[in-house]
Amino acid sequence: MALLEVNNLTTRFYTRDGVITAVDDVSFSVDRGEILGIVGESGSGKSVCCYSLLGLVPQPPGKIECGSAMFEGNDLLACGELALRDIRGDDIAMIFQDPMTSLNPFLTVGEQLIEPLIYHRQYSRSEARTRVKELLDEVGIRKAADRFDSYPHEFSGGMRQRVMIAMALINEPKLLIADEPTTALDVTIQAQILGLIAELQKKRDIGVIFISHDLGVVASIADRVLVMKEGQVVETGTTERLFTTPKEEYTRRLIDSIPSGSKPNIMIQTEGSHSSEIIKVHDLHTWFKDRNSVEGEYVKAVNGVSFDIQHGEILGLVGESGSGKSTIGRSLLKLVPVTSGEVIYQGQNLVELLRVQMKPLRRHLQMIFQDPYASLNPRMTVYDALAEPMLYHEVANRKDIGLKVLQLMDDVGLARRYIRKYPHEFSGGQRQRIAIGRSIACKPEFIVADEPVSALDVTIQSQILDLLIELVKDRNLTMLFISHDLSVVRYLCDRTLVMQLGELVEEGDTETIFTSAQMPYTRDLLGAIPQIPGRV
Amino acid sequence: MDESALATTSLRETLVSRATNESSQVKQFEKGTSLWADAWIRLKKNKMAIASLYVLLALITLCVLTPWISPYGYEEQNLNLGAIPPSIAHWFGTDVFGRDLLTRVLYGGRVSLTVGFIATSVALFIGVLWGTISGYLGGRIDIVMMRIVDILYALPFIIFIILLMVVFGRSMLLLFMAIGAVEWLTMARIVRGQVLGIRRQEYIEAALSMGLSTPTILRRHVIPNTLGPVIVYATLTIPQVMLLEAFLSFLGLGIQPPQSSWGLLISYGAETMEDYPWMLIFPGLALSITLFSLNFLGDGLRDALDPKASKD
Amino acid sequence: MWRFIWIRLLQAIPVIFVVITATFFLIRKAPGGPFDAEKPVIPSVKRALEAKYNLDQSMWEQYVSYIAGLFRGDMGPSFKYPGWQVEDLIASGLPITAELGFYALLVALAVGVIAGVIAALKPNTAQDYIPMSLAMIGICMPTFMLGPLLVLLFGIHLEWLPISGWGDLPGDKILPSITLGAAYAAYVARLSRGGMLEIMSQDYIRTARAKGLPERVVVIKHAMRGGLIPVVTFLGPAFAGLLAGSFVVETIFQIPGLGRFYVQAAFNRDYTMILGTTIFLSVLIVMFNLLSDMLAMWMNPRLRQQVSGKR
Repeated sequence: MALLEVNNLTTRFYTRDGVITAVDDVSFSVDRGEILGIVGESGSGKSVCCYSLLGLVPQPPGKIECGSAMFEGNDLLACGELALRDIRGDDIAMIFQDPMTSLNPFLTVGEQLIEPLIYHRQYSRSEARTRVKELLDEVGIRKAADRFDSYPHEFSGGMRQRVMIAMALINEPKLLIADEPTTALDVTIQAQILGLIAELQKKRDIGVIFISHDLGVVASIADRVLVMKEGQVVETGTTERLFTTPKEEYTRRLIDSIPSGSKPNIMIQTEGSHSSEIIKVHDLHTWFKDRNSVEGEYVKAVNGVSFDIQHGEILGLVGESGSGKSTIGRSLLKLVPVTSGEVIYQGQNLVELLRVQMKPLRRHLQMIFQDPYASLNPRMTVYDALAEPMLYHEVANRKDIGLKVLQLMDDVGLARRYIRKYPHEFSGGQRQRIAIGRSIACKPEFIVADEPVSALDVTIQSQILDLLIELVKDRNLTMLFISHDLSVVRYLCDRTLVMQLGELVEEGDTETIFTSAQMPYTRDLLGAIPQIPGRV
Repeated sequence: MDESALATTSLRETLVSRATNESSQVKQFEKGTSLWADAWIRLKKNKMAIASLYVLLALITLCVLTPWISPYGYEEQNLNLGAIPPSIAHWFGTDVFGRDLLTRVLYGGRVSLTVGFIATSVALFIGVLWGTISGYLGGRIDIVMMRIVDILYALPFIIFIILLMVVFGRSMLLLFMAIGAVEWLTMARIVRGQVLGIRRQEYIEAALSMGLSTPTILRRHVIPNTLGPVIVYATLTIPQVMLLEAFLSFLGLGIQPPQSSWGLLISYGAETMEDYPWMLIFPGLALSITLFSLNFLGDGLRDALDPKASKD
Repeated sequence: MWRFIWIRLLQAIPVIFVVITATFFLIRKAPGGPFDAEKPVIPSVKRALEAKYNLDQSMWEQYVSYIAGLFRGDMGPSFKYPGWQVEDLIASGLPITAELGFYALLVALAVGVIAGVIAALKPNTAQDYIPMSLAMIGICMPTFMLGPLLVLLFGIHLEWLPISGWGDLPGDKILPSITLGAAYAAYVARLSRGGMLEIMSQDYIRTARAKGLPERVVVIKHAMRGGLIPVVTFLGPAFAGLLAGSFVVETIFQIPGLGRFYVQAAFNRDYTMILGTTIFLSVLIVMFNLLSDMLAMWMNPRLRQQVSGKR
């Protein structure tokens, strides 16, 4: 008999804008000792599905319409809040996406860790303390005794997630539900946490439901996979089978959307020596005042970086969070104050230019931002957003601006009829198209793209990447592509720079770096990429 | 480059229509719903807020029109009459001088509402300007400007206002200035908070990377996005200001008789409430209903303009 | 933490100084003086009086001697209460105002927090609407309306409670305290509801529930600490407001507290009394602001460590 058997679960939300069926007739089961991966894009209902099981869906507006969830002879959906409370944190435990917000910032870590023991197992505080320390050791937190009285903000992201895992496992649950537990983490930390979950699962022989939007992550950890879309189960099967021979069209599309392999048409300009650099960066330093430091120390976000960008190339810039990669992009465009160094463009050092001198150059140097929800002024229509740069830099006059905007919308694949709509009326992918349209409106030569696809679902992501490749080719653009996602970089970039702690670690052709990286840090990064079966 | 041309919305309309003519393959553009339109739709669903809006509009119209529609003058005494309870001739009754209370309440409303709106406008103007500049420029300027606000905050303003009113006589102008001077502080803080959030948004960076000048960025990208909370707070400031005025009048420090305001009428009513309770109840009701409506409208606007924000 | 307190206290000094200076010159510049009372005084008597109170000196001399007096703890003699020192008058009114303020704050916090938390537990239900509607009434009903109405109802009609005085009759402290506290109870209720709603939607509350903790523990231990921070930061401004409100309440209920002294002094141009009370109240308000900020800071571990310099 399965550990958990869910049948015909349906959850709806009754909001003021109408009824949304978040989970629609979903059935699945999990066995002891098995990891079930649930994948789906945002809004697919994968998280709501698991929250419904444990009564964690806020009701109202949520309502579980029907279904059953048999767990050790009890129906979780019918047993009532009190019985469910006894099961939560005892027989079934959860870990969540963002360990920063999921731990109570007002209580010490130790206080939060002992709670399940006290409320479920009637431990005394001192017994609980001893037990917690053992477990903290086991999940790899060093000097556990000293960290017991620390607050969550004193831990790093990875450590916090280890605390969360310890908290979930403290009562030896039979089932663990992990909701995107590595999404907020860097790729190397992600690999560690995945390893830890797999190891603990094996050791304790428990069932795990692992929810993620990232197919690579699911592929690397799950035994079986359930694909969800718009609240419904699309397909389920063993990981191996599902990824190698998907039966459903949607599953195939998801898998195909994962950027893989190298760039389709490598480097247009390697022929001959006349490949010229468009921008030369020399010994760039960008330091910020450390706000938390009393002595006025500096955060050396970019610390002595030099590199060239060649005409017509897409240059990848990869690194983990805090490596300074975004700061480099902003430093090139003078969006942050540069401490010292040179950025040579058209024979001028941008670092030394005044704001007035910079203005005519601005139209040639543009930027695409990460968050399509934040990068568009919510009070401006598509027309306003696209017309503003063209009118300001006088690349269009008032007579032909309307037509120019429409042409621009064609170029980035936005239907013309949307010209008078506002950003909030679009999906993430469409918004990113508007933002891209705005950046190419004045026909720039160079664009910094800062994680332009990392906020998007995987199927949308591949469309936007293809649009970028097309634009770069057609318009003879040069692009600095900043990303934490190495597969995307490999798919898109001609050359790649690797950053760590404000400095360049490695530089070279993308393929060379991916196949024979020299530096240990680069190799760590590459090794941490989750692999999908059947892919090289 | 004609920057002002950028901002005009009428230009946008003509451009879009021209574009429609020029590109024959496009027949029709879908009309977008701006956030304002969205908010209005949400507000319309909030019955209490809409009812409050109507009550306010009715009250304001009535107060404005009083001199023309009221059969009594507000100073018209009828000592023979004395204080009589509400009747058909005098709906709210009369005061000890035989003056019609309804007329006096409506006249008082003119004063109270004027004080409320004008002082709030003063606060709004200074607060938005101060908060925007402080928040957007940041750095030392921000520190200095906010320190000034902090220091002013720490001043016991209510005491100062009392002092001012006592010392310099009870002029309306002084009252506006004094109340405006207190209320802009909170407005500046709210706007600054908003601007700090907006400044971190990527669309501001996008505007910077276009090379837009600071005034243009403020006008086109920053201020329009602070307006939601500003409107909400303004709606909630008006009742506070009216309360403050009424409070001062109650202490005998606000409007000077024979002019009246709701605060003054309440103050008289309180003195004579044992014998003539209607003289306390009607002005009090008028003030309370107005405050109610403004607060409900403010809450409704908050929900409508920022669906995620909660009431506090 | 001590460093933080020191900085704030040092910052308060110029503020207080500005208050003293502004008040001093403001009242002197104002038309009218303490001895231009209803009955005209014989010029020679007036001159003698002015000489007695140093009013014949230049403004600056008066100012310097007043400041010098302050450092000696001498706030000068009252003009209207001959033979009384200002500090003694303040000392006689303070305990009454303080007691009134304390009870009012108690009413505000107890009623406000309970109502707000209860409302936040079931938002958009009757459990939310009823207390919040009452809070709205509380906010819209100014103190000077509520006071007379309560007097009318409980004092005159029902004759349950005395309608004036302080400490003379049993139960005469109830109506003033409720009158003064009601509006703040309403504000506190709205603040704590807002704060609690915000916190209850946080991820860590979901974590606490996922651990299977009883709802009581989730609310009291996990949510209230963060949810009530807005209330704590409101305490400073609320205190200033309570003081102002006490002017009204003391007038309505004829309570011989500081507030009544102040208003009377302002009307009478009792220079030293105005200055004395203004300074005293300003210091109180500044202190209370500091106190409430410190409390809010102490409640947030992150801020606590930042100001104490640890890590």
